[in-house]
Amino acid sequence: MFSRAYKAAVSLPPLIWVTLFLLVPYLLMFCYSFWTVAGGNVVHQWNLSNYGDLITKDVYRATLFRSMRIAARVTIFALLLGYPLAYFLSFYAGARKNLFYQLVIIPLWVSYLVRAYAWKTILGTDGVLNTLLQFLHITQHPVDSLLYSPFAVVLTLTHIYTPFVVLPIYAALEHIPRTLVEASNDLGASPAQTFWRVIFPLSVPGMVAGATFAFVLSLGDFLAPQLLGGPSGIMISNIVVSLFGAAFNWPLGAAISFCILVLVVSLLALTERLEKKWSYS
Amino acid sequence: MELLVSTGAHASRKLRWLSVHSVAVYAFLYLPIVTLIVYSFNGAGVGGFPPRNLTLNWYRILWQDDPIWVSVQNSLIVAASAVGIALGFGIPAALALDRADFPGKAIFRRLVLLPLILPGIITGLSILMLVNVAQVKLSLWTIILGHGTALISVATTEVFAGLQKLDRAQEEASLDLGANYWQTFWRITLPNLKLPIIGAALLIFTLSMDEIAVSFFLIGRDNTLPLEIWGRLRRGITPEINAISTVIFVFSLVAIVLWYRMRMPAEIPAEMPAENSVSYL
Repeated sequence: MFSRAYKAAVSLPPLIWVTLFLLVPYLLMFCYSFWTVAGGNVVHQWNLSNYGDLITKDVYRATLFRSMRIAARVTIFALLLGYPLAYFLSFYAGARKNLFYQLVIIPLWVSYLVRAYAWKTILGTDGVLNTLLQFLHITQHPVDSLLYSPFAVVLTLTHIYTPFVVLPIYAALEHIPRTLVEASNDLGASPAQTFWRVIFPLSVPGMVAGATFAFVLSLGDFLAPQLLGGPSGIMISNIVVSLFGAAFNWPLGAAISFCILVLVVSLLALTERLEKKWSYS
Repeated sequence: MELLVSTGAHASRKLRWLSVHSVAVYAFLYLPIVTLIVYSFNGAGVGGFPPRNLTLNWYRILWQDDPIWVSVQNSLIVAASAVGIALGFGIPAALALDRADFPGKAIFRRLVLLPLILPGIITGLSILMLVNVAQVKLSLWTIILGHGTALISVATTEVFAGLQKLDRAQEEASLDLGANYWQTFWRITLPNLKLPIIGAALLIFTLSMDEIAVSFFLIGRDNTLPLEIWGRLRRGITPEINAISTVIFVFSLVAIVLWYRMRMPAEIPAEMPAENSVSYL
């Protein structure tokens, strides 16, 4: 139905733009990761020493693993908070369904930086929570360990990514034909059996989609750890930021970035397969 | 659905538990936002419970704070330009993915969507390397390039979803009746995609206004609002930041309400790109 000229006209401009301003930059990053820094300049001398550093120096490996642990915690908490909410929205919200759905989305319209900052004002030594606890005479002295800890980072990221988990689970639950649920009930399954044998398995692709989002986005976050993490809450992106800033080692930063890219892309490939395998159609 | 609800004491206990959980999750999602707004009126600073000396002083200081308003203006320029670039290349990209076959199409699809899921700093620093190699000076233009390119993903996702629902017969009829491709595009295809395009534009605008990770490395001398706030957070915090956040939140809310008013007759609920993108990456 569409001529060659039409196809070329719609394909070429985005193809050229995306190649020039996405593909080339990512490839450039790949090249940089094999170069080195000498005397405050980037030297175009191909070698594997950056990747060698990543393997041999503990600080990078430890930070990457810490980031993955934090991201995994965020994902689990977001699923625990988000799944029942999505289930409630889909099956029990009744006439108010749309309103409740919008209430999940509205926080996404508040700047992410601003929400992280708000948690900082809540968790700080003189913050809202500490002064509230003292006001209620629950504690006598401020609890110092709330802010500047991995806990603060996990809390903030869970807050930010819970809506991202709710939305795909809700979409998956909405797509379950209600006749299936009724059939299960009619055939004598208990509500628990209906949930675990019918509803839950059909919602797994939505969970996988939401969990992927939460994990990948929190893995690469640098803002929450910088604002609320303190020294013990540093994540891998903070190292990249410092390598591209004050520490001036672009090649090493590029090598770390490339590893994150590979990690993210392979994770996506994996979850895409899982979603396809478990999807109902 | 009522069938599910009305099965005895067990079900009502489950419903009560689900409701309590949902209320708790909503409280968690809104706690920082409410705190933020309340303390923007707090004369005594960003923390401290209970809030005291309620005042509009922070809004007055904000009103006279020129650097903030310059950064707001910069952010508006960047966001509007990013919408232009992202739609300008994202709409044809969606058409291409829907209707054309070309070598590397699968890679192209993944590449376009990559910035949505990859940590923003990686996209940002990759483009920084290109800018650096091309010896272009950092300015608002480089941020516009970064935002526009990264957000093509959003335009493509939304418009592609819209194209799946489009009735091809109208376009065929138009072509059969002698209109050329260009006329068909402007008079049939584009008007039919009005809602996804407006939705994408709003989303791109908001995401760009809030963007910090891609901008982080591409910033020249002119700050965008999030980077201005970021800079101030490092120097010490006052409720003035709460005040500007509240003002922007109110504007976003108005935008959302207007958008749903417009969209309501067409379809509900809205899809966030978050829903689609993972499944089709």
